[in-house]
Amino acid sequence: MSLSKTLESSNTRRHFLKKTALAVTTALALSTGACVSSAYALGEPEKEDLKFGFIKLTDMAPLAIAYEKGYFEDEGLYVQLEAQANWKVLLDRVIDGQLDGAHMLAGQPIAATIGYGTKANVITPISMDLNGNAITVSNKTWAAMKSHVAMEDGKPKHPISASALKPVVESYKDAGKPFKMGMVFPVSTHNYELRYWLAAGGLNPGFYAPHKGDTSGTLNADVQLSVTPPPQMPATMEAGTIEGYCVGEPWNQQAVFKGIGVPVISDNSIQKNNPEKVFGLREDFYEKYPNTTVRVVKAMIRAAYWLDEENNKNRPDAVKILAQPNYVGADYKVIANSMTGTFEYEKGDKRSEPDFNVFFRYNATYPYYSDAIWYMTQMRRWGQISEAQTDSWYKDMAKKVYRPDIYKQAVDELIADGTFKASEFAEVTKTDGFRGVQDDFMDGIPYDGSKPNAYIDSMTIGLKGDKTL
Amino acid sequence: MNPLTWGVIEPFYKLAIGEDRKGQVNTIIKMIGLPLVGIFFFLLLWQAAASNIQTSLGQFPGPVQTYEQFVSLQAEAEAEALKEEKFYQRQEDRNAIKLEKNPEAEIKIREYTGHPTFFDQIGRSLVTVMSGFILASIIAIPIGIVIGLSANAYSAVNPLIQIFKPVSPLAWLPLVTMVVSAVYVTDDPSFDKAFLNSMFTVLLCCLWPTIINTAAGVATVTQDLKNVSQVLSLSWWTHVRKIVLPCSIPMMFTGLRISLGIAWMVLIAAEMLAQNPGLGKFVWDEFQNGSSDSLGRIMVAVIVIGIVGFFLDRGMLIIQKAVSWDKTADIR
Repeated sequence: MSLSKTLESSNTRRHFLKKTALAVTTALALSTGACVSSAYALGEPEKEDLKFGFIKLTDMAPLAIAYEKGYFEDEGLYVQLEAQANWKVLLDRVIDGQLDGAHMLAGQPIAATIGYGTKANVITPISMDLNGNAITVSNKTWAAMKSHVAMEDGKPKHPISASALKPVVESYKDAGKPFKMGMVFPVSTHNYELRYWLAAGGLNPGFYAPHKGDTSGTLNADVQLSVTPPPQMPATMEAGTIEGYCVGEPWNQQAVFKGIGVPVISDNSIQKNNPEKVFGLREDFYEKYPNTTVRVVKAMIRAAYWLDEENNKNRPDAVKILAQPNYVGADYKVIANSMTGTFEYEKGDKRSEPDFNVFFRYNATYPYYSDAIWYMTQMRRWGQISEAQTDSWYKDMAKKVYRPDIYKQAVDELIADGTFKASEFAEVTKTDGFRGVQDDFMDGIPYDGSKPNAYIDSMTIGLKGDKTL
Repeated sequence: MNPLTWGVIEPFYKLAIGEDRKGQVNTIIKMIGLPLVGIFFFLLLWQAAASNIQTSLGQFPGPVQTYEQFVSLQAEAEAEALKEEKFYQRQEDRNAIKLEKNPEAEIKIREYTGHPTFFDQIGRSLVTVMSGFILASIIAIPIGIVIGLSANAYSAVNPLIQIFKPVSPLAWLPLVTMVVSAVYVTDDPSFDKAFLNSMFTVLLCCLWPTIINTAAGVATVTQDLKNVSQVLSLSWWTHVRKIVLPCSIPMMFTGLRISLGIAWMVLIAAEMLAQNPGLGKFVWDEFQNGSSDSLGRIMVAVIVIGIVGFFLDRGMLIIQKAVSWDKTADIR
């Protein structure tokens, strides 16, 4: 709350500044004429034939749109998009050069750079979206937890806390059975969101201990989490292997349509406007082909803008494209359910969620250092980073992976060639890469990206200080 | 080869020229009528079973839905062809502008970047399977001849063949993947790594039947023929060429046919895992899509995989008959 207030109060001031800045730049542009654009002109792409990977999720939309709307071609790039089997295959293929870049989980470039899992220098010049995930439980679990959910006008009161799930998990424990849930990858947003939700409700999702060779992440766990590729989530839950999962769209809505489960909370309610997927590529690719990289980012910014343009007016068109079998391929109505501003929880309980998927608004495309650091704090919290690190280590790592410098270059180009007005990027051209204090998490614990260790210590469940397992 | 003597055509030809009409009609009924009856009952059974299976993706596709999906796949391929045309048009326009600005500019026409259609994927699968199969044959036939000629070599190699023969492609694939990415390092790869992965997996799985059968074929050379060869004091090479090869060809081709069958089966699994464009990836992608059309499309792929496999086998059979010296042998 306080953040949005400060934003609001500074808005009028900023508006004034923006206006003067605009006036100055226009005057400059007029006086120097063509010189400005030629000084800015970005060279031809060094590499024009590119192959990008993606996972069948609606948040791959910026890639599909940049392709279908010809934004890549406008930059002189000939891109092939290819669906990948799972996140591990996707990352490995980027690292060994079979793919030039890919739609990635925010945690993947970070983990690769700090050496958790496959080690490689992967960078993120642009963030692809905010939000877009949800947690779904099986019908059986929902029936058991519903009696513990507060009701409002005959409908469950949202957001639903994991404390409603606690009695169910305890009954499993009493019966000597493990309670299992699925997430998509050990360093996925989904893993951290699901863990955040469970821990905020008093359930321990378990620890990793990579220094002891334990990468299952189930040490001391109340709820055992395991990896399942997104498109297989509904089938795995239907088979009874897991009781619930955290995944991106359309796989939560798919559970509703198939009648096999009930989404209980969207990630936007766990953390408002949380950063989700990013575009990742190898650092040496950027060093070798800087113009190509900047042009890719340009095309993707245009695609993100198109997706959010005028209150999501293009979303139905976007859903039509995503429903093609070579992209996401799920049924139109399943994808449309979450992409067009609504989200269906229990069958028939369709609620308005205009920000369920955000591609451009709220500076969604800017790669904030503080977002990278938040992921690292969660890696530390759950033991993936097994030893305590200094605040400056977190910042150095974030600066190594997140590359707003490339992003800003692309924005400058887009403004210079007249695609966008400078005012549309006023905030991101000024930021130092930190969002400031964020207090929009469901448990109310504030996060300040400049003080990661203090934040880690403020968590109830999780590793703190210099504790190692 | 006279096409008029081919099994399928012969009875019609004879019927046309009026040779033993009754016998020909009988043959035709047996050859075409009975299979049609079989297929008809299969379709009925399929339809009945499908309408009783309710999955979370809707009803299991029966013959009608499967046919509808086949039609929609065709329509998609046509739409893609149209997009491809426009893609080339745009490239030409762009190149024209580029040339206008700078007449020395280097221009390229690049291949269509869109996704492969179902029919492209059939083609790619065939290319992959044939490359793997041909490479495997080039390796397997000489090995088979050598171990067939020498009982000692056979004893030495046989245990290895028996151990590797039953290994599933799924076990080979991770090893192949890692080796290919370690060994095949170039800046300008002329082959896709995913293609190489699936091809080598196919190769590893379809070597064995050819080796075993070639060796067995070579071992069938009778003592009389060997004696002839010795009397004429043929060189080793001439002995292999004039005596061993012709004798072992029927068995060799039995091996090749089994190998090709295995190659085709393995390929689908390999493509699924290696993410190499082809029918295997098509099935996997559709499974992941989980749309209400997906099962129908997978069913189309299943039938196409079966039909392609059938034609590959028939193709091998025709070659086998053509190169076999014993034209009276009943090969099926």
